[in-house]
Amino acid sequence: MTATQDAPTRWVGRPQLRREDARLLTGQTSWTDNIRLPGMLHAAILRSPMAHARIVSVDVSAAQERPGVVAAFSGADLAGAWSSLPTAWTVSSDMKSPSHLPLATDKVRHVGDGVAVVVATSRYAAADALEAIDVEYEPLPAVIDMEAALAEGSALVHDDVPGNLCFTWREDHGDYAATTTGDDVVVVRRRYVNQRLIPTPMEPRAVVASATPSTGEVTIWSSTQVPHFVRIFVALNAGWPEHKVRVIAPDVGGGFGSKLDVYAEEVILPVLATRLGRPVAWTETRSENCQATIHGRDLIQDVEISATRDGKVRGLKVDLTADMGAYLQLLTPSIPLLGRYMYPGIYRFEAHTLTCRGVFSTKTPTDAYRGAGRPEATFVIERIMDELAAELGIEPLELRRRNWIPHDQFPYTSVCGLEYDSGNYEEATDKATDLFGYDELRAEQARRRESGDPVQLGIGISTYTEMCGLAPSRWLGREGYVAGGWEAATVRVTLTGQVEVVVGTSPHGQGHGTTFAQVAADALGVPYESVEVVYGDTSRAPMGLDTYGSRSLAVGGVAIVRAAEKVVEQARAVAAHLLEADPRDVEFEAGTFRVRGTPGEGRTIQEVAGAAFVAHDLPEGVEPFLAATAVLDPETFSFPHGTHLCAVEVDTETGFVRIRAYVAVDDVGTVVNPLVVEGQVHGGITQGVAQALFEEAVYDDDGNLLTSTLVDYMVPSAADVPAWTVDRTETPATTNPLGVKGVGETGAIASTPAVVNAVVDALRPYGVTDVRMPCTPERVWRAIQGGTQ
Amino acid sequence: MPRVRVTVDGTVQEHEVEARLLLVHFLRDLAGKVGTPVGCDTSNCGACTVLVDGVSVKSCSVLAVQVEGSDVTTIEGLATDGRFHPVQQAFHESHGLQCGYCTPGMVMAAVDLLSTDPDPDEQQVREALEGNLCRCTGYHNIVRAVLAAARTMRSDAPAEAEAPATPVGGQA
Repeated sequence: MTATQDAPTRWVGRPQLRREDARLLTGQTSWTDNIRLPGMLHAAILRSPMAHARIVSVDVSAAQERPGVVAAFSGADLAGAWSSLPTAWTVSSDMKSPSHLPLATDKVRHVGDGVAVVVATSRYAAADALEAIDVEYEPLPAVIDMEAALAEGSALVHDDVPGNLCFTWREDHGDYAATTTGDDVVVVRRRYVNQRLIPTPMEPRAVVASATPSTGEVTIWSSTQVPHFVRIFVALNAGWPEHKVRVIAPDVGGGFGSKLDVYAEEVILPVLATRLGRPVAWTETRSENCQATIHGRDLIQDVEISATRDGKVRGLKVDLTADMGAYLQLLTPSIPLLGRYMYPGIYRFEAHTLTCRGVFSTKTPTDAYRGAGRPEATFVIERIMDELAAELGIEPLELRRRNWIPHDQFPYTSVCGLEYDSGNYEEATDKATDLFGYDELRAEQARRRESGDPVQLGIGISTYTEMCGLAPSRWLGREGYVAGGWEAATVRVTLTGQVEVVVGTSPHGQGHGTTFAQVAADALGVPYESVEVVYGDTSRAPMGLDTYGSRSLAVGGVAIVRAAEKVVEQARAVAAHLLEADPRDVEFEAGTFRVRGTPGEGRTIQEVAGAAFVAHDLPEGVEPFLAATAVLDPETFSFPHGTHLCAVEVDTETGFVRIRAYVAVDDVGTVVNPLVVEGQVHGGITQGVAQALFEEAVYDDDGNLLTSTLVDYMVPSAADVPAWTVDRTETPATTNPLGVKGVGETGAIASTPAVVNAVVDALRPYGVTDVRMPCTPERVWRAIQGGTQ
Repeated sequence: MPRVRVTVDGTVQEHEVEARLLLVHFLRDLAGKVGTPVGCDTSNCGACTVLVDGVSVKSCSVLAVQVEGSDVTTIEGLATDGRFHPVQQAFHESHGLQCGYCTPGMVMAAVDLLSTDPDPDEQQVREALEGNLCRCTGYHNIVRAVLAAARTMRSDAPAEAEAPATPVGGQA
């Protein structure tokens, strides 16, 4: 009996428990900070305490005398060893990309900007020696407020960037102005502030580097989502041949976009290891993470929507002002624009206009944070739909129903020219309202309003879509991105019938080891247990473009299917030879090759793999070893959607908001592993709720980050959030053979407006039309006292 | 430098330490117990939670010299005879972890909770875990896991009286 016969028909769709768990649950982990190498030294980085200052001098000599210190360098000492850190996306022809050296030499431009580095025999000794470095700063005015930064007379963050203006953007789809005229047209205008957030993965960033100067080989371990990007860009930055650089992303403790970057330390550490001829390690403290790892969001969003009095949306105009922070990191300027196709959401607009100004400030750089542009867009459209509903006196869910794309109109080309392949907004919404008890909650809301209950009930809706599966390379090229969006997979069937699947994505909690094995097991008809998934090391998985943008399954998973198909074709030729048949007559089903019409005899793919490996008797033109690589470049995006409903109780006397019920019905296409999908949705919802109610990176007027520890930055705990009710509809994507869409970001994209809509809905009788995020008790209370803010 | 003798996961660890050395660095750098990670510098995140004499402690907020003579259990010492502790088992079955970085601390905090309150309700679990932050799971499945572990441990308790669920040495 072969193992194949024991396998269930399909692994895809099963709530398979994760194979990653056993190690993580028993502490057998390989976090970058766990790495111990012979002779390893520890680095600590001196960071600017000032938001903006000219560096007059940096004296590291006293630090070099401290116990345990092996070396200390200023930015100027190492300026010849590297070049400016990369920005991979030139979003416009007017974009300014100022120099950004790993350690500052001329000026510091945000609190946390690195100015010097100490290397010592222990992390305590390195940290101690930082205080012996003498830096003379000449303070310059902090540039904090985005609009003030753009105004005449503002201090300049970069002397060569006039007006602190990084780029401008404008695009028009249809004639927006024409949609605002007419007797029956209503225009609603609002300003929303999508506040600055700190991504806060639980594992801080860490880098270890070792070098063999005699051969030029460099190995970098980094807590990164993107080992392949790090490899390319560090090699380019330091001038090393790319194939001499190996990057390993071991266990990575969350990323949420903040580890989708190429950071100063990923250059500094290998440069130090090369200079000193010894391995060097660095792990950021949480305060460093808050100050020197990217932030997310931070947009001012001025929006106008036009509609007819009877509730038909017509045009949408969005003007964005986006804070880049002090420098452009890998994707900084693209983030506000990545959401630009999503502002019209699921609605049938006639026209859409969007402008964006990117602004430099003396704050930590911004970059991708879970959703990267799409949560910001979804927030605007879902908030303004509620405001329009209030203006027109139409129930907000009814307004959405009148305007969304009916399911029989797919594929549908949005006003932005993007083709949504599939979706069923009616089904998701009907399911969500049933689970939520929508009508009953509306009735309770009316009762509480009627009775003047001090605790008011609010109901928030978010009927969202998003685009994921980044991305068609051709599209990326047109957008000014330096790389492609393909993904690679190699499938090997070994002599003993085991399957190795090598993927170019690099997980950090998503469970690729489990879910990709499910996909491969089905594609090859082999037991799940016989499949091992390899990732996260550029020497074991040299081809790949890593993990972000909910792309791993929708792009990387499809690459696995394609590679498996190639393996099956190679195996079919071998099997036909063994069965003395024509390959065209050989069928493959559930892991076994059989001659059509001859059900008895067959060869399992494992048997074929053995024959292919020993290669004693292969047909003409077939190479030994059953293996194939596929590189998949997606043709288009995928479009998950769903309906999220939130009920909040707002204590009008204290401003405290309690989430009473939350229902999410998402459609992420075919589900490979429901457990993993639900987990992703739970986490995403919580991060979106955190933006709505709890989190904000706060700077004072001098540019000090006031929220630079977990004491001040309010990451919610288990006691701050409720249980989530999660369900789904499954409308398979038509654009890939798995029918998958992507799930990593849906929760964070959908939930923020659902919560804020609920808070505002509760308070509308008090004249409140907006509450700035996060909706803290103080802000809510003030909104109640003052009515419209 | 002071000399500290601590039993870690059943093995005696005796080292000369700087007086300022944090327990978590004693565990990671001297005792080789890198399964206990560090997530912050203000004792907010709880990733480094271990049991000291059976009671959960954030090991970044304790000096190594303060635990002289104590019995420390880390996530690495929780499974016995190659079998998961019921809390570990429940985290696995309930998908109570994703990236896994908060998991050692979350599991140890849950073990402590269930040793003092074997039958908590959902809200009690949420409040007991308030000092442990997770960024991946939204806590939903963590809470489910702890409630499931509580059920298992209550039903197992009489039958497995010989083998206590929590492999902890002394009591506080």
